[in-house]
Amino acid sequence: MVTLAELNSGKIPDWCPGCGDFGILNALKRAMMDTGLPHEKFYLVAGIGCSGKTPQWLNTYSIHTLHGRALPVATGAKLANTDLNVIVTGGDGDGYGIGAGHFLHAMRRNIDLTYVVFNNLVYGLTTGQTSPTSEKGFATKSTPFGVIEVPVNPLALAIASGATYVARGYAGDIVHLSKLIADGITHRGFALIDVLQPCVTFNHKNTYEWYQKTVYKLPETYNPADKMAAFQKSMEWGDSGIPIGVFYKESRPTYADELPQLSTPLVKQPIDNVDIDRLMQKMI
Amino acid sequence: MAGQADLDFSFKMGGEAGYGIAQSGMIFSKACTRMGLHVFVNNEYPSLIRGGHNTVQIRVRAKPVPGHTETVSMVLALNRKTMDDHEKEVLPGGVILYDADDVKDTKKERGDVSYCHIPLLALAKEAGGERIMRNTVGLGAAAAFCGLDVGIMNQLIKEGLGKKGEALADTNIRAAKLGYDFAAKNYDTKAFGWKLSGRAGEPPKMLITGNEAMAMGAIRAGCKFLAAYPMTPASAIMHYFAANERECSLVMKHVEDEIAGINMAIGAANAGVRAMISTSGGGFSLQTEGLGLAAMTETPVVMIEVQRPGPATGLPTRTEQADLHFVINAHQGEFPRLVVVPGDAEECFYLTAEAFNWAERFQLPVIVMSDKYLAESFFSHEKFDQSRVTVNRGWIVGEDWLKAHQPFKRYFSTENGVSPRVIPGTAYGIHREPSDERDELGSIDEDPQVRKVQVERRLRKFASVQKEVPAPALHGPAGADVTLVVWGSTKGPAIEALELLEKQGVRANVMQFVYMWPFPEAAEGLLREAKRLVLVEGNATGQLGRLIRQQTGIKIEEKILRYDGRPLSAEYIRGGFTSLKGGRA
Ligand SMILES: Cc1ncc(C[n+]2csc(CCOP(=O)(O)OP(=O)(O)O)c2C)c(N)n1
Ligand code: SF4
Repeated sequence: MVTLAELNSGKIPDWCPGCGDFGILNALKRAMMDTGLPHEKFYLVAGIGCSGKTPQWLNTYSIHTLHGRALPVATGAKLANTDLNVIVTGGDGDGYGIGAGHFLHAMRRNIDLTYVVFNNLVYGLTTGQTSPTSEKGFATKSTPFGVIEVPVNPLALAIASGATYVARGYAGDIVHLSKLIADGITHRGFALIDVLQPCVTFNHKNTYEWYQKTVYKLPETYNPADKMAAFQKSMEWGDSGIPIGVFYKESRPTYADELPQLSTPLVKQPIDNVDIDRLMQKMI
Repeated sequence: MAGQADLDFSFKMGGEAGYGIAQSGMIFSKACTRMGLHVFVNNEYPSLIRGGHNTVQIRVRAKPVPGHTETVSMVLALNRKTMDDHEKEVLPGGVILYDADDVKDTKKERGDVSYCHIPLLALAKEAGGERIMRNTVGLGAAAAFCGLDVGIMNQLIKEGLGKKGEALADTNIRAAKLGYDFAAKNYDTKAFGWKLSGRAGEPPKMLITGNEAMAMGAIRAGCKFLAAYPMTPASAIMHYFAANERECSLVMKHVEDEIAGINMAIGAANAGVRAMISTSGGGFSLQTEGLGLAAMTETPVVMIEVQRPGPATGLPTRTEQADLHFVINAHQGEFPRLVVVPGDAEECFYLTAEAFNWAERFQLPVIVMSDKYLAESFFSHEKFDQSRVTVNRGWIVGEDWLKAHQPFKRYFSTENGVSPRVIPGTAYGIHREPSDERDELGSIDEDPQVRKVQVERRLRKFASVQKEVPAPALHGPAGADVTLVVWGSTKGPAIEALELLEKQGVRANVMQFVYMWPFPEAAEGLLREAKRLVLVEGNATGQLGRLIRQQTGIKIEEKILRYDGRPLSAEYIRGGFTSLKGGRA
């Protein structure tokens, strides 16, 4: 169990005033508190970007990695110590662009991680270029005549790739978002929480006002166990409405569950005197 | 005929891929080691699965074998190409075993060797086998000439094929016997000048590759996590880990790419287990990014880089030593790393094990380099001495220490540059490790003074390592007239070349660089004491020579370089020496 005061790193976030990242940070803190898990067992792994700085504003064990590489670092840490609650933060460029390969494979493996993507549909830290989730036609510094590609659909990709908890939240609804994150943390397996995050500086299209009008919560009657329904819902986007909530959920053994040698976490196994006589004998 | 003590017998088997040459080579080699003899086995093969031209060459002596020779005493030619390419390598009095029904219209240019037809295919069929069993018939015939212990050979066939069913083993044993009997009946096998005889009382020997020795060293050192992506010639390391995953309780992750590999190893190491990657130059290229993350977060990881000829795909299955500067300089910025290069299987074991101590004691990436020739050749060696491997995890602090040192300063400045480390999950040790520059608490900080303190502290770690790295190893007589300067797999061939040079009246010794980076401080003195330096390397530009010049100002003018994708040998070095300007024949 951890308190708000304990989670405070004493550092003041250097994000632009009004940035959606603040809402996500607050929701994340709240989620960590709500899980009731011990403070020192949280291990945060971040990519590079405005979003990647999140662990700096938090007092938890954390490692800030390279652009796009947070998921493999998190995977290694989780396999080394299955007792850690590993939470990964990063941007859409980080996770769905440069790190897209790792994203896919981490989901196939159903590594027990919670991946919170700060999806602002633009590159923030590098001052406003197109991102893999930018809408077609979106004009940015690197696409002054509008984006030509169609955007990546992270939720559909996650459902198709084997993620076992697929959700979308909105940085402007902290209560709802913190619940999604807390459930993602307690979920056994790969949990993706894609978060609609207004970038007040570089994205003047997908703004708070726009999300306020378009975002709606998946109804109570929605069944997240239905994969086909989840695919269908994941395709909804635009002025006509953007659903948030848990799109898909299933229970499947995690990667670590399939490894009998992890019944004791690797980090707890003694290494002072590993006897290899049998290995050598086999070579004779 | 040479006496047993001087025995030096090399047997080359050649044929297309997929015809069991490697397996026969293993049986022959293991039979020799079980007879108490020493062997060295190297293979040459192209990058394909079926067809092509593969050879296995087994060299047998009564004393340790440092490398291969360019000549052989016996050839088993399963195809025409083996005959054409290798008949010139056979020593006078040697034999070439071949199947005249298969290998037709050959030139047979050598008057001083015996061409012995063995109906390999016919006998394989007679034994109840197929074309794939020709190699076993050849093995039997070879045994008849050189005196390989048939009982041991049969036992090894059983051990090797036992899993696939006894019937198959029996068929193979029959095939070997038919080959043996045919040779004994039709040729004067007794007159063959190289005879293997058992040496009772010899301690049992392993037959082990450089790759396996490295993997074993890592396991002994307590490495629990390997992340790798297949790439010749490093793949056997991941295979070895995978095969022993459950028995040794460790995790081998076959990753989506080498980028994931290094980052997973960093994650595992950061979480507190000994972790490593293994790859070749191409994979290491992808890992140059992660190398810097390990250095910046001061996460101890071990990286095994097995060289093959580049650039790009290069010669995937051949050998070269051309990644030295790449490995020493990879990644942007200035930071400490340690680069060590074993020269044989024994060094592969001990130095890989020790690499984990370096990595944890100084919290930096350690790169252990190898090359195809070292990685995939088999060495015979007694069991390694486990007591020589101790585990030193460096400065890891626990709860009590942490309670007394709040707030925990992960990156605080110390004299030797090494800061306290904590295993995540430990109470009172919570901190941040950014890949941006940071203050001693781990908070991102761009203050010029903070930057300076951290840069200097990291470089002090480098200086601390430099004080400890051992001097280059010297082999052969002190005060020799010529010093061969080598690194990595060239060790064995260079040491053997000393005997050849001695015969020509040249007193030489070998200076083997093992720790390459930080450059050992003692090296300069040793180099300046030497009378005449000759650089011997498996590359085209003399990379060690360049490093020596960079670090000491000493320019080694005389060079013996090989860069045709094939390993250096004692004869090659002698030949190279003779053609040097100042060389004497
Ligand atoms: C290998 C590499 N390439 C490029 C960069 C520069 N870079 C830093 S953050 C970033 C993109 C940021 O966008 P996103 O991941 O969406 O995060 P945001 O800043 O929007 O939160 C880039 C390209 C880098 N750090 N490393
Ligand atoms: S650039 Fe955008 S994403 Fe980055 S801090 Fe500013 S508002 Fe937030």
